Amino acid sequence: MNVASQSYYDRRGILAALGKDGLIQLILILNTAVMLAPILIMLFAAFKTNAQIFQSPFGIPDFSNVANITKIWNETNFLRYLMNSVIVTGSSIVVILTLGTMAAYAVARYKFWGASFVLMFFLAGLTLPLKLAIIPLFILMRDLGILNTQLSLIVIYVAMGLPTTVFIMTGFIRTLPNELEDAARMDGASEPRIMWSIMLPLVRPAMVIAGIQNVVPIWNDFFFPLIFIQKDKLKTLPQGLTTFMGEYTTDWGVLFAGLLLSSAPVIIVYIILSRQFINGMTAGAVK
Amino acid sequence: MPGSPLVSRRLWISALIVPPLAFVALFVVYPIISAFAYAFFHWNGLARGEFVGFANFYKVLFTQPYADWTVNAFLHNVWVFFALMVLQNGLGFLLAYCLWRELPGAAFHRISVFLPVVLSTIIVGFLWKLFLHPLFGVVNISFRGLGLGGLAQPWLGQDSTALWSLIIANAWHMVGFPTLVFLAGMQRIPGEILDAVRMETESEWTKITKIVWPLVAPSATVVFTLLFVGSFNWFEIPYVMVGLEGSPHGATDVLGLYFYRTAFGNMSGSGQDFGAGSALAVLIFVFIALVAGIITFKLRAREIQI
Repeated sequence: MNVASQSYYDRRGILAALGKDGLIQLILILNTAVMLAPILIMLFAAFKTNAQIFQSPFGIPDFSNVANITKIWNETNFLRYLMNSVIVTGSSIVVILTLGTMAAYAVARYKFWGASFVLMFFLAGLTLPLKLAIIPLFILMRDLGILNTQLSLIVIYVAMGLPTTVFIMTGFIRTLPNELEDAARMDGASEPRIMWSIMLPLVRPAMVIAGIQNVVPIWNDFFFPLIFIQKDKLKTLPQGLTTFMGEYTTDWGVLFAGLLLSSAPVIIVYIILSRQFINGMTAGAVK
Repeated sequence: MPGSPLVSRRLWISALIVPPLAFVALFVVYPIISAFAYAFFHWNGLARGEFVGFANFYKVLFTQPYADWTVNAFLHNVWVFFALMVLQNGLGFLLAYCLWRELPGAAFHRISVFLPVVLSTIIVGFLWKLFLHPLFGVVNISFRGLGLGGLAQPWLGQDSTALWSLIIANAWHMVGFPTLVFLAGMQRIPGEILDAVRMETESEWTKITKIVWPLVAPSATVVFTLLFVGSFNWFEIPYVMVGLEGSPHGATDVLGLYFYRTAFGNMSGSGQDFGAGSALAVLIFVFIALVAGIITFKLRAREIQI
């Protein structure tokens, strides 16, 4: 009797587990379908004519029909916008990582009067929505004479990115062991030399995390270019997108091709580096 | 040379710290303090006029039509926050719980749920605007194809569905973020605790409510706070999908659009008012800071250190 009840219990357990796992799989598969369908529809529509889009939005197109793509490529400033985004994002990331690592290194490795104040100062900027200070920022950029230049964007992105970067880097640099540093100091190495040749190579993983955390919001930002940049030849990709989406309102294939080309760089890099992206973008939220 | 190493050490630390500090002071702290100061002045275009005390605040809160616009936009933000709390954070928790079991394919599902998060809000907004087009959008085409033509409607063109359409687009875009933050929280729950629970109960519900939910409290604090700040800063999705006026006739107007229109003028180029705009910015800012502070404080209190 004992045996019988045991096996009955087991069987029920397995069935229940299968049912539960089946339900979980179902939820995940449905969700993935909802997540990917819009992206696939966009991909397909970029190779279709208007008629094909309206008649069979889910149909797989003839991928050799690149008329829409070439139209975006040749008739709009897409390439120019893409280059602008690369320049602005790239410069911002370099400056953020440089300044961020400097501040974090000082706070994490040296004891000095005011160190915790410095950290508090950066942390205060962590959740403050800088968008709401757009009026003073606009006036400040005008007074500095950098409205309508890429410098205005780089400057604001560095300001936005520094707090989280200092936060992430300080936490990481604090965990590095003292032994290497002390040994080098014994040998008479100067402080800059210790930082540059010994510590910085160890900090690289945190720099990757901080870099990714900043690169996505900067690359995707629309609000600050909207306010600071009027010249068409200086527009970034998201901002330029609104320009040519306004021009081709009736040509749906071209609209989807524009969206596809604009999202392709991020999607491709994300697929290759998904683990780093996920770690980087949730780094501030996951302690 | 006694003292010299100390001096050079000080110089070195200053060299490291002063440039980043100066940067944040000039481009974060100074603008935020100025935002408060600007709200107390009258503005003629880009030129600051005389000190007017609380007149700008009085204008946006108590004089018409500003007062109605302010309340209308604010209530929409509140609505957006609670709707996204369920659709984005609630669904995110459920998905995280599903991913946590690491069934076959979990890695793929994890990558796909986060894919929209890396896209620009502008791309997401345009994509959904095209999908929701009354005649040619894939949503209505699908309903008609399934014989449910009655469900096809002008999603962005009528009061009853416009704000919801924006909320759904936002939830699609961002649900991967709370999902992966919650998942990271669940993965940190020690195995011994879970084994102990398995001995005690078979009920999945008890396990979620009594063990998992309390133990992922730190993740909840973070995603709730970020959602709150994000909801009251909401701008890009409505800007792209329904325009600066929050069409149809203000049914999707939110504080972000309203602030932008007030400060920089609308499409017709009228009514640029930095004074009223600054007052709105200060009000939104203080509201966000206060409530986000309370949320963080209250939620921190229920966090358990593992």
